[in-house]
Amino acid sequence: MVERIVETKDLVVERAGFRILDGIDLTVDTSEVVGISGPNGSGKTTLLRALASLTSNSEGELALFGGMDHSQARRRIGLIGHRPYLLPHLTLSENLHHIARLQGFSSERADKALQVVGLEGASHRRAGASSFGMLRRVEIAQQLLDRPRLLLLDEAYSGLDDDAHQLLAELVRLTAERSGAVIMVSHDKSHLAKTCSRTLILTAGRLAPTP
Amino acid sequence: MRFWSDAIEIARVDLVTEGRAGETFRLVVPFAVVALMIIPMALDLRLSLISEVAFGLYWAFGLLFGLQVALRQLVNDSQERRDMFRLIGVDPAARFVGRSISATVLMIGFLVALGLATVVLFTPEPSSGVWPVLVVATLLAGLGLSELGTIAGEIAAGLGSRTSLASLVIAPLALPILLGASQAVEAVGRETSILPWILLLIACDLALAVTGVALAKPLEEANA
Repeated sequence: MVERIVETKDLVVERAGFRILDGIDLTVDTSEVVGISGPNGSGKTTLLRALASLTSNSEGELALFGGMDHSQARRRIGLIGHRPYLLPHLTLSENLHHIARLQGFSSERADKALQVVGLEGASHRRAGASSFGMLRRVEIAQQLLDRPRLLLLDEAYSGLDDDAHQLLAELVRLTAERSGAVIMVSHDKSHLAKTCSRTLILTAGRLAPTP
Repeated sequence: MRFWSDAIEIARVDLVTEGRAGETFRLVVPFAVVALMIIPMALDLRLSLISEVAFGLYWAFGLLFGLQVALRQLVNDSQERRDMFRLIGVDPAARFVGRSISATVLMIGFLVALGLATVVLFTPEPSSGVWPVLVVATLLAGLGLSELGTIAGEIAAGLGSRTSLASLVIAPLALPILLGASQAVEAVGRETSILPWILLLIACDLALAVTGVALAKPLEEANA
């Protein structure tokens, strides 16, 4: 059964008198993988944060999972941002276990997720001494723990080696297959065209279908 | 139940991080002790006079350098991390309580280290009964300053100049805490009741705890 996962109507986000998002109308249904490209500063990151209800909109409407309360809806959303959130003084394993504990998951589940992303050998390395690709793998592992219904990816493919790239592609495929949806933002239009069921372009805060 | 397990987990990770970064005990404490030594020398004060004002110096330096300890948690903070906490559904009030717990542990450790340095450097000769009051005042003041630092960190979160802004928020609001702690110790010497000052400290701690918990969610949303 097709369910509407995201629906925005004339969504506007303004900060310090500047209109970052200007009248966004977007609907995303289950099993869709939507790609959004756009130049630097066009509002892509703000759009993803607005869709996750992490930033408040100045005007317009945002409905998630058919109008669910936003604080409840957030728990069904996974976000891989363009900057990792891990604590540099903790190891990769400690970072994931910390998040797993806060989510109420067992240590075994966190260990299994680390294994799936190929970090079992390097999991005792501190995040501050790990490569960007390794940090990304921990974030992918976190999404495997929780299995979100809506996965938001902000330039998540950049800086990944082939294996990590494949892991993320697998996560996207699984999310869409399990009646979820994925919205990914990237500069790489050819990658979006290959991966996504439809692509859009964001220019100066306005969203339009890719020509 | 999840509220307390989340708060304890956040406090635990804060303390592990601090233990590895070592900012409080490898940077703030030594710098505070050096400052404690330098200021009386710079003012050319006699040792006998210094020992009379030792506890005053302790509280003044405790507040001054304690601000650094109270705001230490901002190092672990980032927009990405705040987003992650919101997405996994961590109650902002649990985050406040967790951060206050870790800040209190560090603050009390800092105040104890500073207190020992004060005793070694200035050999104060307090009236009998001062030490238990000093311990109680240190614990209550440590808790209050930590709660205040955590609230100020939340208020200033997301701003570019947050560390300096947070200090500006803390300094004036810390005055009742400093007053309560220092006057509780002085009251023993004057042989007057310490009760009003201890009650002032307890009232400040409670008011800050209630404020922090009540403001946690609105502040999180305002910072979004």
